Amino acid sequence: MATENKTVELDKLEEFRNNLDLKLHNKEDQNLTTLNLGPTHPATHGIFQNILQMDGEKIVDAVPTIGYIHRAFEKIAERRPFYQITPLTDRMNYCSSPINNMGYHMTVEKLLGITVPKRAQYIRVIMMELARISDHLICNSILGVDSGAFTGFLYVMQEREHIYDIYEEVCGARLTTNMGRIGGMERDLSPKALHLIGEFLKRFPKVWAEFEKMFNRNRIFIDRTTDVGAISAERALSYGFTGPNLRAAGVDYDVRVMNPYSSYEDFEFEIPVGTKGDTYDRFMVRNEEVWQSLKIIEQAYKNLPEGSYHADAPHYYLPPKQEVYRSMEALIYHFKIVMGEIDAPVGEVYHSVEGGNGELGFYLLSDGGRTPYRLHFRRPCFIYYQAYTEMIKGGQLADAILTLSSLNVIAGELDA
Amino acid sequence: MELTNENVLGKIIEKFGEENVWDALNPDGIMTITTNRETILPLIQYLYDDEELQIRFLTTMCGIHYPDQKDKELCTMYQLHSFRHNYRIRIKVYFPIADPVMPTLTNLYATANWMEREAYDFYGIIFTGHPNLVRILNIEDMEYHPMLKQYPLEDQTREDKINTFFGR
Repeated sequence: MATENKTVELDKLEEFRNNLDLKLHNKEDQNLTTLNLGPTHPATHGIFQNILQMDGEKIVDAVPTIGYIHRAFEKIAERRPFYQITPLTDRMNYCSSPINNMGYHMTVEKLLGITVPKRAQYIRVIMMELARISDHLICNSILGVDSGAFTGFLYVMQEREHIYDIYEEVCGARLTTNMGRIGGMERDLSPKALHLIGEFLKRFPKVWAEFEKMFNRNRIFIDRTTDVGAISAERALSYGFTGPNLRAAGVDYDVRVMNPYSSYEDFEFEIPVGTKGDTYDRFMVRNEEVWQSLKIIEQAYKNLPEGSYHADAPHYYLPPKQEVYRSMEALIYHFKIVMGEIDAPVGEVYHSVEGGNGELGFYLLSDGGRTPYRLHFRRPCFIYYQAYTEMIKGGQLADAILTLSSLNVIAGELDA
Repeated sequence: MELTNENVLGKIIEKFGEENVWDALNPDGIMTITTNRETILPLIQYLYDDEELQIRFLTTMCGIHYPDQKDKELCTMYQLHSFRHNYRIRIKVYFPIADPVMPTLTNLYATANWMEREAYDFYGIIFTGHPNLVRILNIEDMEYHPMLKQYPLEDQTREDKINTFFGR
């Protein structure tokens, strides 16, 4: 009986392997090992499973499995009024949620034809660039941790806390921010928020210079990351790479420059590009982007225009609470917005923003109802993670870990 | 050459004929055209190969379900981008849900692999020639395609949630 069971198990194992398409390597060559990396491995920083076929320490083949934290956002969005979809976007790339929030708001504004005042646009730029800094900062410092340098991570995490303090002052939340509204910001930048941003601009360059000093010309770090997980520009384009990962391969595509949104055309900044598309290039591109983001924040902070912080869109932008208590009209609008009783116009829009990891797009199809008919998120992580197999094949297992953290794949965005 | 919606459409119609490309719309500045299953692959290949157009980046693709349109229940939307000219174009193909078959784009764009798996997973669109067409985000033994409109989001047997209270 016992042997029978064992045969059954072996059969199952065989079937499982066949399903994974690994049989080519397995049948003849008994020296190969199957290694299950993930889904909850501490070095993968998120829920990623890769079933690796190893020859010693060399990776021969890999089969990624995704979907562990799939939450059906696209389906949920079809049953929610427009303003209730913002919290869903928070939970995609949770390292830079303001970019997701505002990208979604801009998409809906495009559908409704709302023009946002200059001040609101500048506040958005400040918040989005802060989010980009916090996103790049965590990616690069985690890359340090994975290659054996913990110190940098510890020190820059403190700066991320300061960025989250600014979020908290602006919108009340820290990680999943739900920042802004359709039509602008929910409130103006308070004197304290302005003070915190000013302090951050003074303090952060020194911290980041120190961080760069620790890594950029560090012999061990360079040896560890050069030529690791490299991808050519042609393959990267074919795989749909965008953002820092594409720029590291040498293509200067940046949504902020090519299709400026939210007044990005007013600011002076440069797009850093790499040459080889390896882990070191990705690290350096992100480092430089942090400096460019600081430059943008400085410009926006100095030239913050006067005016309103939200558009005049009574059907979508909640009236001030004092008004709701006093005026009948405001009460009606408040009620209608909160209950989601406003029909959107028929339309079809695509809007993309430069997210932390690349082109974050929103394809919104409205049939004139109170909810989107179809809302599709173009999630950069989902699109470029499929190249991971190709990038780690033939390399060492330890390099696969570095490649994964330098790609900055965020599980929430991957699975949506 | 500056790419505008007019001259790109002119080139496409000149190449493929008006019987294969129709319904050119401009909903949000991105030209949207509709084509059929036979033309979609040559069309995207042509946009890629043509030296004047150079539309060589597949930004995104997704499925859409219209349960009320007879014989055009399913739709696949492709959105392409030319970095050279900063020009975007959207292409749609409608087909009946009884015959949900589309040709695969994986031979041209590596990124189409997971995008098509996602469309298969959520809408049941079968891409012929795809190297590994299995579910991607949902579990493999799921028996339906959840983004189709006939599957409601919430538990329909609940009585405490009345749709009219939620503005639906």
